[in-house]
Amino acid sequence: MGTIQRYTAKERSNHWIVAIAFVLAGLSGLALFHPAFFFLTNLFGGGPWTRILHPFIGAVMFLSFMAMAARFWRANQITTADRQWMGRIKDVLCNHDQNLPEVGKYNAGQKYLFWVMVVSIPVLLLSGIVIWQPWFAPFFPVGLLRVAVVVHALVAWILILGIIVHMYAAIWVKGSVRAMTRGTVSEAWARQHHRAWYRDMTGK
Amino acid sequence: MALQSLDIKARSATTTQPPVARDPIHVAKLIDISKCIGCKACQVACMEWNDLRDEVGTNAGTYDNPRDLTAQSWTVMRFSEVEVEQGRLEWLIRKDGCMHCEDPGCLKACPAPGAIVQSVNGIVDFHQEHCIGCGYCITGCPFNIPRISKKDSKAYKCTLCSDRVAVGMEPACIKTCPTGALVFGTKGDMIRHAEGRIADLKERGYANAALYNPEGVGGTHVMYVLQHGDQPELYANLPKDPHISPLVSVWKGITKPLMSLGIGLAVFAGFFHFINAGPKEVEEEKAD
Repeated sequence: MGTIQRYTAKERSNHWIVAIAFVLAGLSGLALFHPAFFFLTNLFGGGPWTRILHPFIGAVMFLSFMAMAARFWRANQITTADRQWMGRIKDVLCNHDQNLPEVGKYNAGQKYLFWVMVVSIPVLLLSGIVIWQPWFAPFFPVGLLRVAVVVHALVAWILILGIIVHMYAAIWVKGSVRAMTRGTVSEAWARQHHRAWYRDMTGK
Repeated sequence: MALQSLDIKARSATTTQPPVARDPIHVAKLIDISKCIGCKACQVACMEWNDLRDEVGTNAGTYDNPRDLTAQSWTVMRFSEVEVEQGRLEWLIRKDGCMHCEDPGCLKACPAPGAIVQSVNGIVDFHQEHCIGCGYCITGCPFNIPRISKKDSKAYKCTLCSDRVAVGMEPACIKTCPTGALVFGTKGDMIRHAEGRIADLKERGYANAALYNPEGVGGTHVMYVLQHGDQPELYANLPKDPHISPLVSVWKGITKPLMSLGIGLAVFAGFFHFINAGPKEVEEEKAD
């Protein structure tokens, strides 16, 4: 069977800039979050370098994600079929994919992850600016700093959990990774997992 | 620390128990505000001993000079003109600086192992060589003390002259105080000394004279004798009931293990889901 183009080269590059920035921001952020992860500062050239680099990496993640969000915004609108699909998440998890509602380019899980990122990444940017030493933090009152550190940690945690699910889903659903590496998926994969999108693309 | 007199009992971003077999004396500085004449000799002595030279600032219409604590000014006299009784002006002069809390919020907030330590004798000290410049100590401090240097992005504050105390000397500010407003010794002795001073102040009409050794931070190793112990805010907004912000307690308390556990569980959940349910494979691809 043939293949279908799922992502253009620009979309793939954009995704991987976000992904690399996320991994680097995540590792450097965890290093500053819990002493158990402090050893990760060695990846960034020590504690002060980790503190210096983390916010810049975060800014790259924010900017590149905003570009990606604009590209994928319309395809991620939640529909009634998505809510039905989500209601049968148990079947999805048990690999009982027969008789699930038809899925467009993205299933409901992917869409919810998208919206989690749309909310969390700007919140991370804003709370991060408030605590960004030495450039911005001195301009904010200490009460706001205290709120920002907690919000930053909580939202980062939610984002990390979301991305763990995202990465696992890519491993779990065979044939998915090539969509983001090569840009194409097999027609069979598209028909099975994203039938409405498959019909749009092929006219079958 | 190689010096027994500076055995460390708490260390930032460290989850295991530092050595605490020895229990040397607990030290404290007592600042008797009723005896302070605002001469700032303590500020000068602090600069001299610690090799600090702040920039010459501008006059803001008060005697406060410099106007605030900085990375170069670890103690500042704060002058408050108040009328506790109508028509009776009082000049309250508070020597501001690190309070050396028994439960230090800065140390709790610090993510860099060993950048903030608490000695068994009660001194809370910043070790700049381990400081990463994140400013978390600022969020932890209930007294608004740590300052990040613009030169090196490291946090600085009063060390209680830990280097002097370690070798049996009193802090530089104590050494220089001409009126005896500053005294230094064991915490027990300082509390007893304060009690005598408070009794004296009460005889002289200061019915609310009291020792400032706030319980909210487990007591402090820098204590004040306040003429108006019921209104510490009079003294340039000395907090009445200082405590580590609950936000910082949550952030540096329960969230650290719980959120780390959550991340670990998410990874394990994925792994065991794969082991149990297996991958989603497409029929045609299997045939390929």
